[in-house]
Amino acid sequence: MTITIEYYLILSAFMFIVGVAGVLTRRNAIIVFMCIELMLNSANLTLVAFSSYLGSSVGQLFVFFVMTVAAAEAAVGLAIIIAIFRNKLTVNIDDINILKW
Amino acid sequence: MNLEIIFFIVFGSVAAISSVLMITRNNAVIAALYLILNFASLAGLYLTLNAQFIAVAQVIVYAGAIMVLFLFVIMLLRPENEKKFLEANSKVKVFAFVIAGFVFLQLMYIIFFSRPSNIIAKNLNASVEAGTIESIGYILFKDYVLPFEAAGFLLLAATIGALILGKKKIN
Repeated sequence: MTITIEYYLILSAFMFIVGVAGVLTRRNAIIVFMCIELMLNSANLTLVAFSSYLGSSVGQLFVFFVMTVAAAEAAVGLAIIIAIFRNKLTVNIDDINILKW
Repeated sequence: MNLEIIFFIVFGSVAAISSVLMITRNNAVIAALYLILNFASLAGLYLTLNAQFIAVAQVIVYAGAIMVLFLFVIMLLRPENEKKFLEANSKVKVFAFVIAGFVFLQLMYIIFFSRPSNIIAKNLNASVEAGTIESIGYILFKDYVLPFEAAGFLLLAATIGALILGKKKIN
């Protein structure tokens, strides 16, 4: 038995759908945000697995850029959540519907 | 049973179980701690894949910086318990799991239909060579300088944006 690339792809797909289910079921904005981070990480796992099995550094370089974007996204997103909490005193996304018509 | 298989089973099962535990916890702080466990086991998986630099960056950037930010905000905001919602709206939950299962089936179909391991076989020397910080840095500063500078601007814009959003009350 050797670990082929399919094992990593299946694990990554599982983590991705757990993230999708979390985004759709949870109502706390911060936990929804954490599920998005989980989905980003499952995509990173796929990139690193392909990069390692192909023997090319470019996939890992791209993971590096994904981490940069994730850090920027976390900073801005959490600032938005704090700004919403200041105005509405809640982070429940069912109560935050000011953009809904 | 070599070391790679053992590491994959241990870290992979920890990653899978901790992600499921994360989305089922009511308490946001405990969910964040399970997410940190998930990120740490992902760093172990990256080491198994010979990606040393990404494994270290994963621990420092994700498990360190980003999750500290998350925990800080959770403890600052003290979000209320959402148990009431989780017990009440079972229809939404069923819908969510149907969608997630459908996506999972599609991904499984793609993986087992295309069978990438028929084409891609691991070359250990090339894999180790690709994961070193030397080869990543060489490509980063030779071919990808422009995206690197763009990432720097993105981080600057994110810092300014977070400062402005967090500064004062928005009317």
